[in-house]
Amino acid sequence: MRVAIVQTKPVKGRYAENLRGAREAFAQLAGDAPDLIVFPEAAFTGYFLEGAVYDLALCAQRFARDLARAWREACGERPVDLVAGFYENDDGTYYNSAIYLRVERGGEQIVHLHRKMFLPTYGVFDEERFLSRGRKLGVFETRFGRMSMLVCEDAWHAIVPTLAAIKGARILIVPSASPGRGIEGDRELSSITQWREVLRQAAIEHGVYVIYAGLTGFEGGKGMTGSSCVIDPRGEVIVAAPPLEACIVRADLDLREIELARAGLPLLGDLSAALPDLLLDDELPLPRGVRDAPDR
Amino acid sequence: MTLPIVEAPAVIPGPPGIDAAVTTEWLTAFLRDELLVRREIPRAVLGLSGGVDSAVTAFLCARALGPENVYAFRMPYKTSQPSSLADAQLVVDALQINTRTIDITAAVDGYLQLEPSADARRRGNVMARIRMVVLFDQSAKLGALPIGTGNKTERLLGYFTWHADDTPPVNPLGDLFKTQVWALAQYLGVPKRLIDKAPTADLEADQTDEGDLGITYARADAILAELLLGYSDSQLIERGFSAREVSLVRARVDATHWKRHLPTTAMLSNTAINEFYLRPVDF
Repeated sequence: MRVAIVQTKPVKGRYAENLRGAREAFAQLAGDAPDLIVFPEAAFTGYFLEGAVYDLALCAQRFARDLARAWREACGERPVDLVAGFYENDDGTYYNSAIYLRVERGGEQIVHLHRKMFLPTYGVFDEERFLSRGRKLGVFETRFGRMSMLVCEDAWHAIVPTLAAIKGARILIVPSASPGRGIEGDRELSSITQWREVLRQAAIEHGVYVIYAGLTGFEGGKGMTGSSCVIDPRGEVIVAAPPLEACIVRADLDLREIELARAGLPLLGDLSAALPDLLLDDELPLPRGVRDAPDR
Repeated sequence: MTLPIVEAPAVIPGPPGIDAAVTTEWLTAFLRDELLVRREIPRAVLGLSGGVDSAVTAFLCARALGPENVYAFRMPYKTSQPSSLADAQLVVDALQINTRTIDITAAVDGYLQLEPSADARRRGNVMARIRMVVLFDQSAKLGALPIGTGNKTERLLGYFTWHADDTPPVNPLGDLFKTQVWALAQYLGVPKRLIDKAPTADLEADQTDEGDLGITYARADAILAELLLGYSDSQLIERGFSAREVSLVRARVDATHWKRHLPTTAMLSNTAINEFYLRPVDF
């Protein structure tokens, strides 16, 4: 399975111009086209939009159409899977979403739409002021097996990649926009180091591939840390981009590595066996008898 | 058998550290983005005081834009230390940037002669504001962007003239404590004399920052770094700072929140700018 990550530096608010940028990246990849191409969070608008999110959010079908058209203009009818983060307008409810799109001869199909569940609203972040939370962690079938998409902070809560893996995801795709901070570290910003540790831990514990697509470029003084990477099921970073350059990252994933990694470190199987005991603990703040509640 | 004990080391708070290479790369990219990408302005103007902040800013601008695109203005008043001019020249010589000296005495005195009783603080503020008049006018003349030189310590302590030193639209050092600026200066190769000398606003004779503030930058930065993380005064004292210095720093920060904001606007509608109508600065 051949993967490319397009580490974009979008021009703030200029959707059409950024879409042209994607088309140019597709054209660049046409000679040896990947099976899956992943873009970061908010890749076609920029991340910090404040109230302008309402001007720029799109319905998923329109975004899917635009992205598929950009692909076809560059690469013709060749099939491809595309993932990208975008601000979604669902009939007046707004989400920070990621789309998984299958582009085939004669049409495109939305395989899955994930709405970011954890909206950072602290410090420099203000997402929940403008956006609604997604309510479901989806795991979906693709031609390369089961996958899940986690947008940025979704991936920081260890339980989220855990649940995705328990539900069968073999590849976690993480579109992200991370404003860099922490200059007291060693050779890189500490927020970059923290991200890598979070992603590696998910890969090691569950034996999954992690494909991380980071936005790059400055947004009003806040520099997005890029550092897109692919991490194998043993936690090795097999390729990583620099923080501040727009670029394309490519990697070949050997999906048999997943079984080998899990055979060597069968933590996911162990967890599957113990999970009911953990979740049935009545000291956990979990809803009980939720399926019987009349308003659900 | 007695087991060896492995003790966690005591935490001794000090001034925050810095990876100067990473910071330089980040700030150079920031300046290029703000000027070349976002505004398409290839040139920068800045005031070169002879101090370390403006020297570091000049070094960063020269890296980001090329020395031929940096215009450094020395703006002495009649009471400014002659050594400040000479120290600024060291930066110009090291970088080969453009420079010009504009004496602000006539402009400052043109107004102050109408206010002969103005005390030293008022006179200093007038000088700082005239310097911004010069900088912005020169930026219009040269098709350049004014670059600010204020650091995080002076911003937090309110140790600057409002709507003067803090006016330029782009500021690379505003999130760096003074002690971090010194470390960055060493990495960038700022002339040693500027790093070693006592920082001064040079608005009054024999003035030094640390004399004005009543605390050294090293102590102030160590306290500020922890205070911003949310430590209470009593926790700071437990962590080894004196009650006097904690109270001094806390009082200055608390008294100057307004200086770190735009002017207060009366809100009258559901579309008040920056309250309801929200657009990012780079939109």
